[in-house]
Amino acid sequence: MEKLTTEQLQKTASQVRRDILRMVHEVQSGHPGASLGCTEFFVALYFNQLNHNSEFSMEGKGEDLFFLSNGHISPVWYSVLARSGYFDLEELKTFRKINSRVQGHPATEEGLPGIRIASGSLGQGLSVAIGAAQAKKIDGDKGIVYALMGDGEQQEGQIWEAAMYAPHHKVDNLIATIDFNRQQIDGPTAVVMDLDDLKAKWEAFGWQVIETVKGNDMASVVEGLEKAKALLGNGKPVLNLLHTEMGFGVDFMVGTHKWHGIAPSDEQLENALGQLEESLGDY
Amino acid sequence: MEKTLDTKYTYTEKSDTRSGFGDGLVEAGRKNPNVVGLCADLIGSLKMGAFQKEFPERFFQVGIAEANMMGLAAGMTINGKIPFTGTFANFSTGRVYDQIRQSIAYSDKNVKICASHAGLTLGEDGATHQILEDLGMMKMLPNMTVINPCDYNQTKAATLAIAEYHGPVYLRFGRPKWPIFTPSDQKFEIGKAWKMIEGTDVTIFATGHLVWEAVVAEAMLREEGISAEVINIHTIKPLDTQAILESVAKTGCCVSAEEHQYNGGLGDSIAQTLIRNSPAPQEFIGVDDSFGESGKPEDLLEKYGLNAENIVKAAKKAIGRK
Repeated sequence: MEKLTTEQLQKTASQVRRDILRMVHEVQSGHPGASLGCTEFFVALYFNQLNHNSEFSMEGKGEDLFFLSNGHISPVWYSVLARSGYFDLEELKTFRKINSRVQGHPATEEGLPGIRIASGSLGQGLSVAIGAAQAKKIDGDKGIVYALMGDGEQQEGQIWEAAMYAPHHKVDNLIATIDFNRQQIDGPTAVVMDLDDLKAKWEAFGWQVIETVKGNDMASVVEGLEKAKALLGNGKPVLNLLHTEMGFGVDFMVGTHKWHGIAPSDEQLENALGQLEESLGDY
Repeated sequence: MEKTLDTKYTYTEKSDTRSGFGDGLVEAGRKNPNVVGLCADLIGSLKMGAFQKEFPERFFQVGIAEANMMGLAAGMTINGKIPFTGTFANFSTGRVYDQIRQSIAYSDKNVKICASHAGLTLGEDGATHQILEDLGMMKMLPNMTVINPCDYNQTKAATLAIAEYHGPVYLRFGRPKWPIFTPSDQKFEIGKAWKMIEGTDVTIFATGHLVWEAVVAEAMLREEGISAEVINIHTIKPLDTQAILESVAKTGCCVSAEEHQYNGGLGDSIAQTLIRNSPAPQEFIGVDDSFGESGKPEDLLEKYGLNAENIVKAAKKAIGRK
């Protein structure tokens, strides 16, 4: 797939944000907050970084693989997959509706191309990504394995089982990213269950940690992923601490946990869409 | 006591079913380079040492982190690996139920969850480790195949069979030295019940270690002039409902025998089959809504009513209810 320039990526991100809001609005259900916050990451990954093939095969031999652990941010992933050509854009209209492949949380059961494992129950995706990365190593497959986790998800014990495992087994074809927006359902992470110091914690477990301080700035996100890639192959996995703002791109949604899992009204949608260029055409 | 009985199957040696798994795994590894092993700090207990030694590049020590192990295994299937996870049955199921549910069963991943030390026959370690709910938990998961073989040879054959089957499997076995009474060259057919002894008065459907108790019970019943049919239900799911219905149509009643709670076990599945098709009296041999405790395996089977003598009593009761 051709790599998009920063400007093209930015335009794509605007359209993806429109998709997210329209999908969630249509069914009045879903998780717009962190989907909007992670839009630069997903767009940079799929349209600039990932070596992937939209003629989907579950095995993905020779390709880079991506695993989403915090499955509730499915809207951003679905939009990016559809706009990468994995399935028809029109299918986004079926998000969270009955008889759809576009399930509330990502799933393989209905055979939606691009999805390799179900996620939604938190804490599991990193383990799966490590397993996939090790399987690639056995086969001498040079593909990179990517995983995205939420920051609230860092409260799950399984994350730390996986964190301990990967450096011990020298899984150095893996880039795990944490969406560090400091928000979770019940409020700021600092209030619910403080995560700090996340960087020190991951470093203590033996990971190479990089920080992408401007996680909603496209050039910074691409630069962070490039930097992460350069650290691969030296015996240690890489952790990318991606500082984002929940709800980024829509002024009344940004920076609050309020929009974690609620849909905009008709008026709110109109207001939000007015802030986002329809760069590639709505589905 | 059993030595003097004229059982239809006999044995010259005993071994543990977990060794059948360990030996089967090495053979599966030789046959297929995609077979990989993962273990959560129980290599000796699961008899996975031989596989580790022969295929170090395909073996992964996970440490005491079972949740992570299930996720790793699911991930390894994605480019075609066939992972066999090894830990105790308790930590293979209840401890990691959500990981299995989402990452393995719902995602339909080709993971083989291999679980040792199941049931009361674990013995002295007691109730914390003697899981009696695992068959129920696993059979409730869509996409999951559930297998509970009866001796060393059947466990080895089952291990080889599941390596060739595509889909998630729960393979349950145990710790005690147990009679080896099935042939070493048996063909293991997933989902196909094995009629071991023909009979006409009552059917004994048994799984796991209790298949041997059923074989002994048949001989005891025969001495009293009662003809029992013994069917080895090594695959709890998918259940061979045809074999069950055909046998009960002939005998008119049955006993189910398992090292598991009544709730959720093989007996439940058989009862459901009979009720939906042709109801018949059924007696249950299993644990009646209680935890286990420490003790010698044979003493525990006696105390909780899971041995041949209790199968005989249950068979007579079932016949009396016809």
